[in-house]
Amino acid sequence: MLREGQIRIPSGCAISGMINKSGKRISGEAIIKSISVMHDRSNGLGGGFAAYGIYPEYKNYYALHIFYDSVLVKKECEEFLERHFDIINLSKIPTRKIKEITDEPLIWRYFVTPLQTKLASSQLDEREFVTKCVFRVNTEIKGSYVFSSGKNMGVFKAVGFPEDVGRFYKLEEYEGWCFTAHGRYPTNTPGWWGGAHPFALLDYSVVHNGEISSYDANRRAIEMYDYKCTLLTDTEVITYIIDYLHRKKGLTLNEVASVIAAPFWKTIENMKPEERDTHEYLRMMFSAQLINGPFSILVGFEGGVMALNDRLKLRSMVVGEKDDTVYIASEEAAIRIIEPNLDNIWAPKGGQPVIVCLNGGDA
Amino acid sequence: MAVNFLYPDYEVARNYDRCISCRACERQCANEVHEYLEDSNKMVCDDAKCVNCHRCVSLCPTRALKIVKSNNTYKENQNWTGKTINELYRQANSGGVLLSSMGNPENYPVYFDKILINASQVTNPSIDPLREPMETKVFLGAKPQDIERNEKGQIVNNLPPQISLSMPIMFSAMSYGSISYNAHESLARAAEKLGILYNTGEGGLHEDFYRYGKNTIVQVASGRFGVHPEYLNSGVAVEIKIGQGAKPGIGGHLPGAKIVGDISRTRMIPERSDAISPAPHHDIYSIEDLRQLVFSLKEATDYKKPVIVKIAAVHNVAAIASGIARSGADIIAIDGFRGGTGAAPTRIRDHVGIPIELALAGVDKRLRDEGIRGNVSLVIGGSIRSSADIVKAVALGADCVYIATSALLALGCHLCRSCHGGKCNWGIATQVPELVKRLNPDIGYKRLVNLLTAWQHEIMEMMGGMGINSIESLRGNRLMLRGVGLNEKELEILGIKHAGEGL
Repeated sequence: MLREGQIRIPSGCAISGMINKSGKRISGEAIIKSISVMHDRSNGLGGGFAAYGIYPEYKNYYALHIFYDSVLVKKECEEFLERHFDIINLSKIPTRKIKEITDEPLIWRYFVTPLQTKLASSQLDEREFVTKCVFRVNTEIKGSYVFSSGKNMGVFKAVGFPEDVGRFYKLEEYEGWCFTAHGRYPTNTPGWWGGAHPFALLDYSVVHNGEISSYDANRRAIEMYDYKCTLLTDTEVITYIIDYLHRKKGLTLNEVASVIAAPFWKTIENMKPEERDTHEYLRMMFSAQLINGPFSILVGFEGGVMALNDRLKLRSMVVGEKDDTVYIASEEAAIRIIEPNLDNIWAPKGGQPVIVCLNGGDA
Repeated sequence: MAVNFLYPDYEVARNYDRCISCRACERQCANEVHEYLEDSNKMVCDDAKCVNCHRCVSLCPTRALKIVKSNNTYKENQNWTGKTINELYRQANSGGVLLSSMGNPENYPVYFDKILINASQVTNPSIDPLREPMETKVFLGAKPQDIERNEKGQIVNNLPPQISLSMPIMFSAMSYGSISYNAHESLARAAEKLGILYNTGEGGLHEDFYRYGKNTIVQVASGRFGVHPEYLNSGVAVEIKIGQGAKPGIGGHLPGAKIVGDISRTRMIPERSDAISPAPHHDIYSIEDLRQLVFSLKEATDYKKPVIVKIAAVHNVAAIASGIARSGADIIAIDGFRGGTGAAPTRIRDHVGIPIELALAGVDKRLRDEGIRGNVSLVIGGSIRSSADIVKAVALGADCVYIATSALLALGCHLCRSCHGGKCNWGIATQVPELVKRLNPDIGYKRLVNLLTAWQHEIMEMMGGMGINSIESLRGNRLMLRGVGLNEKELEILGIKHAGEGL
C-alpha cells in the first residue's frame, strides 16, 4: 500500500471552527463536541485540530510538532534542529491511550528560535528560514514529519475519528481563543498520520472540505516558488498558496480570497471602476492560484480565522454568531450543539470570504 | 514519356449515367483536368493534372464525380514504396528540390491521439456549462515579479501590456500573398466577431484591414516585408517569426507570379519580384541579438504591445524557449512539425522538427523548473485539429493555441497540398482574381465563427466534466491527462501517467 505523498488521495470532509474575538481562551472541549456531531461526514481515516493561543508562556517561540517513525530518526532530526535552532523546551506531546487510536508514531514538541548566526548567514527573514527548515526535515529526513510550526498555536492530528483524536491528544486540557477541526473521509486508506488535517505552515493552518479540480495546475505553479508538495493533498497546496500570496506577496486576506475564489469575469465587468481594476489585476497576475472545484476552507492565522467557499459554493458552510464568538461549520447542527442561542446564523455566498480577527486586529 | 512518365496517384471517376455534360467541372478546375468533347457530347479528363482538391466533386450537380486512389502499383516493396520511387524519378528528371504544401502527412505518432481526458465522478461534481458560468477567457502577456501599492495601499496596475482573448485560440500567421485577400478578410472579420486575434504573417497588412487592428497580430519575419512604423502600431501585438514548424531552419519564397498589384504594394517590393525571406534574421545570429530586436520593436511601439517570439519545435526547443523568456519576450509561440505551409521543401517538411506535444511538455516543464513559466505566456500550434486537441494542449501547459490549417479547412480547403501551385480552386491560396472571388468573405467569416463557437462549446463541456469552470485551472493540469499505448519515456516527457493509473 502506498503511503500518502506517494499517491494522491482525495477526501470528503467535515470542518468546524470557533473564535472568540476578544481573545478569551476557552477549553478544547467545545470543538470536540462540535465536530463529533458530524461523525458521518468522516470515515475514521483522519481527524485533527488547530488551536490558537494555547502556548502563551512560549508565545515568542516557534512550536514544532513532529511525528517520528523511530527513535533513530528522532535523533537525526534533533541533531538537525540543534544545528539550526535554539531549543528552549522539548517534550513528548501528552496523549491518552484509547482503543480507537492505534499505531501512533512518536509525537514530540519543541519550542525553538532560529540560531542568530545561522539566520544571519542564510540571508533570509526569520519566517522564511523556519519554512525552509520545515521543508528540509519533511523532504530529507525520512521518517520525521513536522506537522505544526507556528507561534502560540499547535496542530493535533491522527488517523481516527476527530472526536477520538481530540480525546487522544487531551485537547480539553488546552485553552485557546480559536480552534478549527477536521474530520476526513478519504476515498482511499492513507494509513499515515501526516496525511490527516489540519495542514499547517508557520501560523497558517488550513482545514478543508472538498476535492479541488485545479490541483495539478496549482501544485505545478506553486512548486515554482520553492514549495514542495510532499503529501499531494489539496489542503497542502491550498496552505502553500495562502502562504505565498499573504506572506510572500503581501496580499491582504480579502485579496487572497479574490485570487483563490476569484469573482467571475461577468461579475467583475459590472463592478465599479476601481474595484474592477483591482479584481482584473488579481486574476491576471495570479491566474495560476485560482482554486477550482468544490471547497470550503477555514484558514487559521496569527490574528484570526478566514472562512471561504469555492465560487460556485459546491460545499456547505454556515456561520453563526453569539456575542464575541463566531462559529463556522459544515453543518448548522455542529454549531447549535455548542451554542443553541445564536444571535444570528447565515450561509456565506460562494467566493465571499468571512474574515474574523481578534479585536483591534487586521487581516 | 518513357521513364519520365508517372502514373497519377488519383483518378477522376466519372459516372457517365449521371453526367449531363453541363461542363461545370471544366469551368471550376483551374488545373484544366476536365475537357468537353463537342463531337461526342462527352466530358473527358486528364487524371495527371488532378490535385485532388474536390472542387469538381463538390460542385457537380448530379454527383457524377468522385476521386479514387489509383490502384496502379509498382511491385510491392516496404522499403522502396511507390511514393519514394516516384519522387526519385521526379528529381532525376528535374534536378530540383521537391516542393510540398501544408503539414507533414507522414506516419509519425500523433501524441494528441494517445492522450485521454479525465472527468469527475461522485467525489467532485461535474459542472453543467448550460447552467453555470464557464470561463474560457485568456490573457496573454508577461507578468511582473511583485505587486506594487500606492501611498493609499491600493494595488497599482504594473502589468505590461496584455492581450485579451474570449477563448484560448488564435488564427496563426498566414501572409497576404500566400493566401488571398478574401481569405484574409474572412480571418480578420471572424477574429473581430469572436473576440480573438488573427496574424498578418510576414507579408505586411493590406490597408483595408487596418480597421481590424484590435484583433490583429502583426508579424516581423526575416524578409521584413511590409514592415513600417504604422504597420507595427496597427495591431495589438508584434510577432517576431524566427521559425515555422513546417520548415524549421529555412526561409521562405513567395514566387514573383504572386507578387502582383496590392500584394506588391503591401509587401513594399516591385511587382513580379520574388519575395525571399532569408533563413535567419540577418540581425539575429544569437540570443543576445534577439533581445535587441525585441526591444527595438518595443521602442517602436512605445512599450504598448506585447512581443511574441515564434520558433519551430526543434530538438533543443526547451533551452531555446528559456533563453527567449529571458530576452524580453512577453509571449513564446512554438510551432510543431505538423504545422502547415504555403510551400516547403518536402524533405524538410517531412523530416525536420519534432511533434508539438513533446515540445510543449518539454518547454512548459523547463520554464517551471527554472521558476519563470509565470513570467511569459506560451502559445502552441502545429496541427490543432479539434477542441479535444486544445483541451489536451492547455492541460499540458499551453496558455493558448494557434490554428491555421483548421481555419483554412473551414474556408473550404480540402487539403490537396498544392498551395505552391498558386491555382487554389477554393480561392484561398491563390492570387488569380477569378479564383479568389470564389471565396465569399461574408460566408467564409461565418464558417470560421461557427467552427470556433462549436469548439468553445466543446471545450466548456469537457472542462465542466472535469469540474473546472475556468480555463486557467486547466492550464498545466497534467493530472487530468492519461496516456494510452505510450512507453515510459514518452510518458516521462509528456509528464503524464498511463491510463489505468490513479491519482
